[in-house]
Amino acid sequence: MKNEDLYQYILGIADNSLILGQRLGELCGHGPTLETDIALTNIALDLFGQTRSYYQYAAKLAGGVKTEDDVAMLREEREYRNVLLVEQPNTDFAFVIVRQYLFDEFHLLLMQELQNSKDEMLAAIAKKGIKEVSYHRRFSGDWVKRLGDGTAESNERMQQAVDDLWRYTDELFHLTKADREMIGQGIGVDVSQLRDTYYNTVTELLQEATLTVPEQEYFQKGGKEGIHSEHMGYLLTELQYMQRSYPNMNW
Amino acid sequence: MSEKEVKNLDAIFEARIARDEKIEPKDWMPEKYRQTHIRQISQHAHSEIVGMLPEGNWITRAPSLRRKAALLAKVQDEAGHGLYLYSACETLGISREELYEQLHSGKAKYSSIFNYPTVTWADIGAIGWLVDGAAIINQVPLCNTSFGPYARAMVRVCKEESFHQRQGYEIMLTLCKGTPEQKAMAQDALNRWWWPSLMMFGPTDAESTHTEQSMKWKLKRKTNDELRQQFIDQTVPQADILGITVPDPDLKFNEETGHYDFGEIDWDEFWQVVKGHGPCNKQRLEARVSAWERGAWVRDAAMAYADKQQTKKVAKAS
Ligand SMILES: [Fe+2]
Ligand SMILES: [Fe+2]
Ligand SMILES: [Fe+2]
Repeated sequence: MKNEDLYQYILGIADNSLILGQRLGELCGHGPTLETDIALTNIALDLFGQTRSYYQYAAKLAGGVKTEDDVAMLREEREYRNVLLVEQPNTDFAFVIVRQYLFDEFHLLLMQELQNSKDEMLAAIAKKGIKEVSYHRRFSGDWVKRLGDGTAESNERMQQAVDDLWRYTDELFHLTKADREMIGQGIGVDVSQLRDTYYNTVTELLQEATLTVPEQEYFQKGGKEGIHSEHMGYLLTELQYMQRSYPNMNW
Repeated sequence: MSEKEVKNLDAIFEARIARDEKIEPKDWMPEKYRQTHIRQISQHAHSEIVGMLPEGNWITRAPSLRRKAALLAKVQDEAGHGLYLYSACETLGISREELYEQLHSGKAKYSSIFNYPTVTWADIGAIGWLVDGAAIINQVPLCNTSFGPYARAMVRVCKEESFHQRQGYEIMLTLCKGTPEQKAMAQDALNRWWWPSLMMFGPTDAESTHTEQSMKWKLKRKTNDELRQQFIDQTVPQADILGITVPDPDLKFNEETGHYDFGEIDWDEFWQVVKGHGPCNKQRLEARVSAWERGAWVRDAAMAYADKQQTKKVAKAS
């Protein structure tokens, strides 16, 4: 492919939205209140909307007869570029909220930079996405505060989720080969530059939520290179079920 | 209040309904009116949220991103319907917690149709087409019901249900225009959902209780059998367009009556499911109860947090 790096770069962004949307989709109808069900579904819908725009673009770059669904559903696990954070399971509502918040804060910073991309399509998707992602960030941030500073039990559950998920935050700021290529061309965002702002903002909010920021020395990585956690295969099994069982059909 | 005064109020109340005036939550109403409405509206609300489960079962497996997003949006609409209906019900002086408690304990009913499993993707099409379709026929008359909050909720709900119905039919159409495998999937879904959809209109008029009172209060404007007939007359030609067969050998258009004659409904199956022994009654109720119990700490925390914020505000103001 002529634009292999751009293609990979798009997947690096789009796969996060796809996989997180898929996780949120599992929850629909099973949340603690109807209101949170509706709100999390809204977020999932925004993420899938963004995903579709990216994959439509990626499919066009790939050429031939590829569609957004081929890109979304017919890759091998090793070809998915999402970070480990977003594939982590819905252990409980605290995990759902913390995972969401840790991603949203990053996602917003990324969109704010991506809207200046020299690639018009990516800039346009990002511009549209900023409003949505700002809402996601507000929703998840509010819930982090609410549950962090709620009851003793909620505080404990939130702390557990923060402690467990923190190890996946560092990967958000790693640069892949496609990243470096695209940064060089003024298309990609240098996410390594977002790290300080991210940790400062997150730290402030966690403190406000009366949660302790973990002092972690070791982090997990691999998703961006297609080496995922053991959860990923099961997630993809469901995501790809129809496309794999009934290939080459219209739905 | 003396007995005579109550009788008087009663008469004024019934006259208002007869004049097509809306009854609002603050208005005086007979206790029986209140109780009947709590029962019907909450049953409807419960149906909306239990109905999220069979369709939610396919969100992670939807065959395309477009279908996945549409299904998510649909299930979310049902949550919204549940929300308006619970709110309408709460205006009658019962809390959402009490309503959930009635659902979880098995005291309150919900639509039996949601006790059938969704086993293939085509079931998502069939539910939209048939189940939302039947729901519309049941609910359109309620847009003019006497209790204001219920009538207004129904206007909004019906608009969305008819969107769901078209979307479901479009899924079926795509399958029927697809490969033989896809068409077979659509036929199989129709085979399984047809009879339960007919049962959504309830027992035959001969067996149906409290219809007369409901007619007077405009909770019902046509009988179960009339509505069922309307559904069949409307749906059979749609199946013909799809090119799939309604699983009823006795189904036949009657030139004289201008309606379809149809075969006997399996009322034993109907009562088995109503009494709680359908294929998924147990799972549906367990899913609701478990979501509620697992969410308890979240709701408690949200409450505690709101109290703390309130205290802070008061402290600041003084
Ligand atoms: Fe409904
Ligand atoms: Fe509904
Ligand atoms: Fe619906």
